[in-house]
Amino acid sequence: MENICKIYLIIFTLHFKVLLKTHMENNKNYLEDLRIIKKVMEESSRFLSLSGLSGVFAGLIALFGAAVAVLIFLNGRIILPAGFSDGFIGQEIQNLRIKLIADAILVLVLAIGISFYFSHRKSVKKGLKMWTPVSKRFIMNFLIPLITGGLFILILYFHYNWYLIIPAMLVFYGLALVGAGKFTYSEVSYLGVLEVITGLTAAIFPAFGILFWCFGFGVLHITYGLIMYRKYEE
Amino acid sequence: MRVSISGLNKLFENRVRLGIMSALMINESLDFNSLKDTLGVTDGNLASHLKSLEQNNLIRVSKKFIGKKPNTSFSVTESGAQLFREHLKALEDIINSQ
Repeated sequence: MENICKIYLIIFTLHFKVLLKTHMENNKNYLEDLRIIKKVMEESSRFLSLSGLSGVFAGLIALFGAAVAVLIFLNGRIILPAGFSDGFIGQEIQNLRIKLIADAILVLVLAIGISFYFSHRKSVKKGLKMWTPVSKRFIMNFLIPLITGGLFILILYFHYNWYLIIPAMLVFYGLALVGAGKFTYSEVSYLGVLEVITGLTAAIFPAFGILFWCFGFGVLHITYGLIMYRKYEE
Repeated sequence: MRVSISGLNKLFENRVRLGIMSALMINESLDFNSLKDTLGVTDGNLASHLKSLEQNNLIRVSKKFIGKKPNTSFSVTESGAQLFREHLKALEDIINSQ
């Protein structure tokens, strides 16, 4: 692995050096050689179809989901007392839990769907294959922490620890991004680290769960998406 | 091994072979179809270059079955990796000296 990083570094430096000297006729062949090495290494080791627009739309969906939760299910409350039970009694609490969980699951499904759509669109546009050994590795590394998180959240739910559900979502999602980031743009790993930090902070202040949700799944995603779109797709 | 005065390896003069080696340097192993997709070459073309790399002991071929389908995968050998690095070093030297 160390060697590979070293080779990568050499290739990039060389590529740059050659670009500076393109006026030299002799270098034309070497430039083309290096361009091929760089392209093949990149395309066979990184899943490059991931689109910045996925981030933007996933963020918007998360914010919309939060708005639905606050305005419709929680009667306009944003800050929740631990236990979420204040002002709700008996059956009402039960119903509220189910509605909020359903809301979160819907957000997740829509966000994944839209990411898939934009990735597919980008791969067609750039003439890249979507199903490659790398994209499969990317998806595996993404899904393992994510499914673990999903099961863990289910356990939290049945143990009535549901003030930890939003922090757990952010932490496990962040870990999934850190792991999968090795197989795509490295910025994905940085986003993952920020999600983990947001999740841990949310665990310290569980009453502000919805605000941390909006920041982690909404603001961070939209910012990341816009940066990525401008950097790689415009 | 045919190595020119500049240190560039003749085997890597061909761009398909250069591509195969690049892909195998950063992947533990790749099967025939993945290589074909990555490099965008025809079956026959890829097969002949794989053959020559194998004959020169730069890559290793392993055949196994996935279910009932035969699957051939390729990986780089120690000496193949060494030669590729030397080729890169030679490219670096040439570019730096100009």
